[in-house]
Amino acid sequence: MKELRLMKGNDAIAEAAIRCGADGYFGYPITPQSEVLEYLMAQKPYETTGMVVLQAESEVAAINMVYGGASCGKKCMTSSSSPGISLKQEGISYIAGAELPCLIVNVVRGGPGLGTIQPSQGDYFQATKGGGHGDYRLIVLAPASVQEMSDFVSLGFELAFKYRNPAMILSDGVIGQMMEKVELQETKPRWTKEEIVKISPWATTGKTSDRERNIITSLDLDPSRQEKHVMKLDRKYKEIEANEVRFEKINCDDAEYLFVAFGSSARICQKSMDIAREKGIKVGLLRPITLWPFPSKPLFELAGQVKGMLTVEMNLGQMVEDVRLAVDGKVRVEHYGRVGGIIPTPDEIVEVLETKIIGG
Amino acid sequence: MTKEQIIKPENLVYKRTKLLTDKVMHYCPGCGHGTAHRMVMEVVDEMGIQAETIGVAPVGCSVFAYDYMNIDMQEAAHGRAPALATAIKRLMPEKYVFTYQGDGDLAAIGTAETIHACNRGENIVIIFINNGIYGMTGGQMAPTTLPGMKASTCPYGRDPKIMGNPLKITELVATLPGTCFVTRHSVHTPANVRKTKRAIRKGFELSYAKKGVSFIEIVSNCNSGWKMTPVQANKWMEENMFPFYPLGDIKVPAE
Repeated sequence: MKELRLMKGNDAIAEAAIRCGADGYFGYPITPQSEVLEYLMAQKPYETTGMVVLQAESEVAAINMVYGGASCGKKCMTSSSSPGISLKQEGISYIAGAELPCLIVNVVRGGPGLGTIQPSQGDYFQATKGGGHGDYRLIVLAPASVQEMSDFVSLGFELAFKYRNPAMILSDGVIGQMMEKVELQETKPRWTKEEIVKISPWATTGKTSDRERNIITSLDLDPSRQEKHVMKLDRKYKEIEANEVRFEKINCDDAEYLFVAFGSSARICQKSMDIAREKGIKVGLLRPITLWPFPSKPLFELAGQVKGMLTVEMNLGQMVEDVRLAVDGKVRVEHYGRVGGIIPTPDEIVEVLETKIIGG
Repeated sequence: MTKEQIIKPENLVYKRTKLLTDKVMHYCPGCGHGTAHRMVMEVVDEMGIQAETIGVAPVGCSVFAYDYMNIDMQEAAHGRAPALATAIKRLMPEKYVFTYQGDGDLAAIGTAETIHACNRGENIVIIFINNGIYGMTGGQMAPTTLPGMKASTCPYGRDPKIMGNPLKITELVATLPGTCFVTRHSVHTPANVRKTKRAIRKGFELSYAKKGVSFIEIVSNCNSGWKMTPVQANKWMEENMFPFYPLGDIKVPAE
């Protein structure tokens, strides 16, 4: 039976990890996501499901523990916030290069540098365009509710294992810290050794006599082979782009204008949309759920219908670049954002829509 | 007795372990890595734990260790091997897990991972090859480079006033409660090779018995980096490295 609980976003992530049969969580405290590690340590899943939970000495060590565990075919995850995610970039690049599945949670705070502990969406570029070195992509899921914080843990693992690629939940301090009703999934058992060998025959589970040794590496000094490897990754990314785009459209059928926003900005835009519609402005909302792969196609289609688009982000204009690429000049796209940990209000968004898009 | 009479399977006292692959090693002639690789694989072979062993390869000269060892292996980022090994052992406690790391990897960029894995008492074996120099990148100063020793980034010899002191990381980890067996060896003579092999086996057994980290340093040469012949390098190692990094056990578990 499904269980309903009132939970904090970060706690929902941790509970979902236990319930989806995760094998290992390796983390390091940083505000505003420390509750993930705290919740797991309080629940002691190592006594119930056998899930390993370890506080590493640093974010660098934590992501490399994920690297080691993921190499064994185990469901491993880490979570952090912006400055900590920057430290993890080395490991993320290695994990992508070695084609390993894992889940990374980023509960974004304002920056750059130490910045602030207040919410922000300033890590969009880092999450969707790389962040670490080399040509690679992460599957990036952007939750807009505590329910999605919970649901995207199992979805993230599912996609990560399907494509042997790291997946990221790009959340922020609002969703991490707010409490909402959440319907929890039923607890699934962790994979057995036999299941792991079947699901991930490439994993380093110990060389048995019936197979060649398994090597996990991202190194190949031969340029022609390295090029082949990078091109193979690229084919995988194109497959993900073809199959895994997720988004939500609200009030788009009759829309003359469009908000494009993800995560907590999208939640605020819903209220802005209501205010605008009361004023007679027909505005819709497209909420990308996967930030990569990006919902370019539905945006291009809407570009032929609406008179203008406004991206609302808690940054200086990052996703707006992807929206402009998607609409390919077919419609005017403007950006509105607040930074430093300030959250835009529904009214100010409507005002920007009226002045910059409708009257602009 | 003729040669044919001597060369018979029943007279065989020593052979190459099947746990080394047929791939020709890339190491410079006279380098200790080849022997150290063989010692680790002989121990795994003799213990019959090929299917139970996961190795973590380093960055540095031995970055291709996984090409030579016929076991499942993972390649770590520079210095991070103890973090990978921590997770592997925690997630698969029934396995034997070891890292193989050089001085730049273990005692410079990976200092934090080394010290914390040792301090947590992870049940892993750390094989530490110390040749006092960065071999792979062309002979730059390592944290273990001796005072006065020349390297490409200290061409007039390491001056501790400017470049800091050599780090005796092995003595340092011996002070941590999570290490059970800390020892220093070499592979430059047959007698030392045998001692090293015994130490590696002891390390595998102790860490598998959940006693904590077994830390086995192998003081080795770098003919190319030191710009010496193999014979000169071994002599220089005996005269200069061993007085600073004395061979022998530093910490052994109580019987």
